[in-house]
Amino acid sequence: MFFSANNLTGGYGGVNIIEDCCFNVNRGEIVSILGPNGAGKSTAMKAMLGILDLKNGEINLNGKDITNLRTQDRIKQGISFVPQNKNIFTELTVEENLEMGAFLNEKNISSKIEEMYELFPIIKEKKSQTAGELSGGQRQQVAIARALMTDPDVLMLDEPTAGVSPVIMDEIFQHVLNIKQQNIAILMVEQNARQALEISDRGYILVTGKNAYEGKGDYLLNDKEIRKAFLGG
Amino acid sequence: MDFLNAIILISNFIIVPAITYGSQLALGAIGVTLIYGVLRFANFAYGDLMAFGTMIVILTTWYLQSLGVTFGFLPTALLALPIGIIVTIAISLFFDKTVFEYYRKKKSNPVTFIVVSLGLMFVLNALVRIIIGPGDVNFMDGHKFIMKAREFKNITGLNEGLAIKSTQLITLITTVITCSLLFYFLNKTKTGKSMRAYSDNEDLALLSGIDPKKIIIITWVIVSILATIGGTLYGLDKSFKPFTYFNNLLPIFAATIVGGIGNPLGAFYGGFLVAFSEITLTYAYKKFFKYLLPENLEPNTLIQFISTDYKFAISFAILVIVLIFRPNGIFKGKVI
Amino acid sequence: MTKNFDIKISFTIMALLIALVGIFQSWGVALSILNLCLISAVMSMGVNIQWGFAGLINFGVMGFLAIGGLATVLVSVPPVYDAWAVGGVGILISGLFLVSVIVTIYLINLKIPKFKYKNHIIFLIIILSIPLLKFISGPAIGRIESINAATSGFLGGANLPIILSWFIGGILSALVAFIIGKICLGLRSDYLAISTLLISGIVITIVKHEEWLSRGVKNVIGLKRPAPYETNLQKTEWFINSIEFFNTSKLSNIIDLEARASLLNQLVITSSGIFVKLCFSAIFLIVVLVLLYLSEKALNSPWGRMMRAIRDNEDAAKAMGKNVVKQHLFIFMLGSAIIGFAGAMLVTYDGLFTPSSYQPLRYTFLIWVMVLLGGTGNNYGAILGGFVVWFIWIQSAPFALFIINILTNHLDETSHFKEHLRNSVPYFRYLMMGLGLLLVMRYRPMGLLPEKVIKN
Repeated sequence: MFFSANNLTGGYGGVNIIEDCCFNVNRGEIVSILGPNGAGKSTAMKAMLGILDLKNGEINLNGKDITNLRTQDRIKQGISFVPQNKNIFTELTVEENLEMGAFLNEKNISSKIEEMYELFPIIKEKKSQTAGELSGGQRQQVAIARALMTDPDVLMLDEPTAGVSPVIMDEIFQHVLNIKQQNIAILMVEQNARQALEISDRGYILVTGKNAYEGKGDYLLNDKEIRKAFLGG
Repeated sequence: MDFLNAIILISNFIIVPAITYGSQLALGAIGVTLIYGVLRFANFAYGDLMAFGTMIVILTTWYLQSLGVTFGFLPTALLALPIGIIVTIAISLFFDKTVFEYYRKKKSNPVTFIVVSLGLMFVLNALVRIIIGPGDVNFMDGHKFIMKAREFKNITGLNEGLAIKSTQLITLITTVITCSLLFYFLNKTKTGKSMRAYSDNEDLALLSGIDPKKIIIITWVIVSILATIGGTLYGLDKSFKPFTYFNNLLPIFAATIVGGIGNPLGAFYGGFLVAFSEITLTYAYKKFFKYLLPENLEPNTLIQFISTDYKFAISFAILVIVLIFRPNGIFKGKVI
Repeated sequence: MTKNFDIKISFTIMALLIALVGIFQSWGVALSILNLCLISAVMSMGVNIQWGFAGLINFGVMGFLAIGGLATVLVSVPPVYDAWAVGGVGILISGLFLVSVIVTIYLINLKIPKFKYKNHIIFLIIILSIPLLKFISGPAIGRIESINAATSGFLGGANLPIILSWFIGGILSALVAFIIGKICLGLRSDYLAISTLLISGIVITIVKHEEWLSRGVKNVIGLKRPAPYETNLQKTEWFINSIEFFNTSKLSNIIDLEARASLLNQLVITSSGIFVKLCFSAIFLIVVLVLLYLSEKALNSPWGRMMRAIRDNEDAAKAMGKNVVKQHLFIFMLGSAIIGFAGAMLVTYDGLFTPSSYQPLRYTFLIWVMVLLGGTGNNYGAILGGFVVWFIWIQSAPFALFIINILTNHLDETSHFKEHLRNSVPYFRYLMMGLGLLLVMRYRPMGLLPEKVIKN
């Protein structure tokens, strides 16, 4: 596997929020992490990013152990993250947001930005506007584009469709599918489980901090028990 | 002719002094706002940091003068400025390392930072008074006037004179240069943009690979430069007295909040707004109206909105009004 | 147990230090320090109520102290009848005008709270009323200030006992705190700090420049006292007799009658000073003890618990239906009243009111150092802070001189460096305060006597 996290255990204070969680994702694959509220989905993602200290577990990227790297060093290794909230620089222009995304890249920034404008045409029109003035869906696109500016191998998205309308949600998922074409490994935490599984290659379902189910997207979608319990019938 | 006289009168007593004072306040307010934007606290030691920087400039000036070095018709202090800036940067970074870093790592609340900056304020206050004393120091040399009132009268044949001190022109030019460079840096360079990004959204800045340590060091460097330049210009224009510098912190805070705390461009305008209000509201317009109105309408009172005693109070009152009606400042827009 | 132990030890050490000053310097100095320590303790208790109990950051201490000081003038000084005769009516009319402006603004706020241009109207009213007020009051003020400008030039006061002014000072401060609180208390903590500091600046400006009210920079001297005057004491029979009685052995050693009389005279003069200071100490001590008793009671009452609950978690307290805004306003007024009370005490003790002496470093930030150093949220801590900080403030100059003399011992007496250092001795107190505050914040952030954790 290109990216794998095994036996993750950790939490805040003395309480373990996730226990023995395992996830992996390959290049060109979309993998969703699903589950009810409070199952530890976002916590698991923070653990993979190194924002949360782990008690146990190991994380590998392209055969390299990155368990003990700081968040910033993991980013240098090729992981990029789109947080759920506050995921853009609201006071900077759209273009400056993208430039900041490429802070670590010295070269080809302008060509990279052009690439993003091709991927997300709507934000090209708004490039000199302050990002805070954009609509919810546009902001989300800026956020994803900013994360892609680092040229990541692994892209992590924390609930990219939280709080947007169904139309915008479809649009964002379409963008995620497009990104997949670039041979990037995509890992996303989602609340809208069914729609997420429809575009996912595989999915994990977390319950109270543990892996409960995992499998191919259509398998999870079609399993009666899972549908009933997690996907709303 | 009377109309021209009235214009000259207003220029001489309102516009020229307000531009000068406004520039000095603007430099101070931008410094306070940058610290607030990046380090996220109101630095009460800022006035004394300005005093410290100015003191170093004065000491260097004296040393240069003792060597017989002067700057021609310009004040020697301008030659000494780089030394003052370097020493101020050093002490700022030293205090950041020994004092503020600890609380930053602990993620202390803003009030703790304020209290700590009070401690620093006392320390700097003492250092300046111990080293140079509490008294007035006049360190202006070079040409005093670019244009004297009488010369102006002779040239133009008007009743009213327009006096421009060289310090006033130096203040204006230096401020324009400094602020242009600063805003170019913040808006056009990668480091400047990353500073704004860090100020806007610290977590995302970290996720983008921006190094907070570097940002903080750069902020202190810029702030020290602004403090030293602002303090020196004020000292050249008026005179250097540690207590005045501490007091100037208050209108500087007013300008900062009026412009929207954390917003450098707002702080820049805020400085001028405060300066112009202070001066226009305390100026007695009697003579001005004498020029403009027919003889039978001439006023017999001073026509002064509020007495000069309340000069400082005006900036505070503006602040209170802003706080009530627009707590985020009157200039919407970019936080650094 | 250990807590009481700490309190006892620290106050014993403090008492010993003051006694040492008495022995090595003089008892007059020691008592002066003690009295100002007591006044400082009242000030820091006032700030502690706001900051320690409720977490409100008030950097306007200086303003409330000045209002207390102004109260002593307004209450105790005899009225200047000539000034009242020429300008009293004008001032009263201006006062009425001011009140009506405030009422109008209040009514506008009340009646049309949702009107779009409400703020503009209020702003316009304020802007217009300032020159109007000046126009109405100007002539009267001019006349008042021209009456005996060198000695009075103001309206004077009510000629009442000065102790009364302490309470009036408290009430005035509370009223001003009400207005400031209405404006500022909704602000974020750092904005509150800055705006209270600036508003106290406005208060000082008014006190300094409204000469018809306070004589401004011309100062008011020779205020009344709640204690006897030295010169009167020196002529009082019982006082001389008791001094003679206490010093019998010393006096009887001297045979020469004239020398004995002159020694007695000397003793009477020095003791009269000490006696007056002792009288002040007694009154101040009573104030501190009563305040301590009341605030301890308040702190441990259900109300005190609620205040701390609000301080520690405002949102939770709001959710529980507590009216946070109202409680904050109340405690802001209460603390400010105590500060105003202390301000009046200070002016009474000094015997003169000097508006130009109020500056933030000494009258706001030093008080804050007292609270932070002593122990936030602990009344004993606040008192201890007042004592320790004032003691250091006064004694740091001689201490610094001592250190400087040791360190520069090897230097020549005429050395410029040594001379310069000696001249700057007074400023070492700022250094000590700053370093002290930084060290306490770092290594003992809750102060010398931290807040007691009360288990419910």
